[in-house]
Amino acid sequence: MGFMDLFFNKKRTSGDTAKDRLKLLLVSDRSNCSPEIMEMIKNDILEVISKYMEIDKEGLDIQITQTDNGGEGSAPALMANIPIKDLKIKK
Amino acid sequence: MSEVIVITSGKGGVGKTTTTANLGTGLAQLDKKVVMIDTDIGLRNLDVVMGLENRIVYNLVDVVEGNCRVKQALIKDKKYPNLFLLPSAQTRDKTSVNPEQMKKLVEELKEEFDYILLDCPAGIEQGFKNAIAGADRALIVTTPEVSAIRDADRIIGLLEANEIRKIHLIVNRIDMDMVKRGDMMSVEDVVEILAIDPIGVVPYAQSIVVATNLGNPIVGATEDAGQAYVNICKRIMGEEVPFLELAAEGFFKKLGKLFKRGY
Repeated sequence: MGFMDLFFNKKRTSGDTAKDRLKLLLVSDRSNCSPEIMEMIKNDILEVISKYMEIDKEGLDIQITQTDNGGEGSAPALMANIPIKDLKIKK
Repeated sequence: MSEVIVITSGKGGVGKTTTTANLGTGLAQLDKKVVMIDTDIGLRNLDVVMGLENRIVYNLVDVVEGNCRVKQALIKDKKYPNLFLLPSAQTRDKTSVNPEQMKKLVEELKEEFDYILLDCPAGIEQGFKNAIAGADRALIVTTPEVSAIRDADRIIGLLEANEIRKIHLIVNRIDMDMVKRGDMMSVEDVVEILAIDPIGVVPYAQSIVVATNLGNPIVGATEDAGQAYVNICKRIMGEEVPFLELAAEGFFKKLGKLFKRGY
């Protein structure tokens, strides 16, 4: 969002939403990553991190998205949002 | 030198058949010898859009199975003597023909025609594989909708996997009023997402519906949609034609329309 947009409080249009949804959709379509594989990745990540800290298994969100390199093209990235319940390192 | 062009989209209902009819007619208007092949076996429609449905004797499956010669199955257009249609079979299914047979048929037609247009069925199964088998280049028709663009992206991947490298995009049914309001993705958005070059932009027009009702393609008409098809034909032939400046209807044009309605 540019400075002028802030000034005029430019609304997000449905066309913008469509474009964003489509971009995300195509990243996962093109990566050929099925929901089953994503589920397996998710479970493996859970297992590894659970060794060291207590995490919120329900709140875990993982997806393939696109990184934004400031307009210089973008690359696919695996984004994981893992809420931590207890940071204390398990002994 | 003749060229075989497949018109495809993945998603149904985005305007493949209408595009094929208009491009076929448009190329014929430009004095090219053209044959359009309806490859949608079981759901034939190109004959209806061309207004030739009452003249069908033999069809694509008859030709492939050797029940008739190719020449016997070709239907001459009502208006242009250098335009022909090879209709699909209505009572058979996609498995009645295979890619090898399509390739052979297309090779045979190449000797006679400048352009061979293949109207591809929706989907990515056998019908699609048959349609792309003999194609030199592909035109992808899409509308500015999430579902149509997603399917177009899949189709591009499949075409590349089948070594069809000449792929161009036709953005169909764009409504400049909606784009201006931000409620429709723009041509630039669609091109950016799919990352293939556009060869044409066809605005949404009620007159296309009327033309289809009558079985007369609109290409060549003075309005934007008619001109858009002419421009695509010229670009297919290798001419450089600037893209139409499609404007949203301004206040005065809308006002004019209101008066024209005549109460």
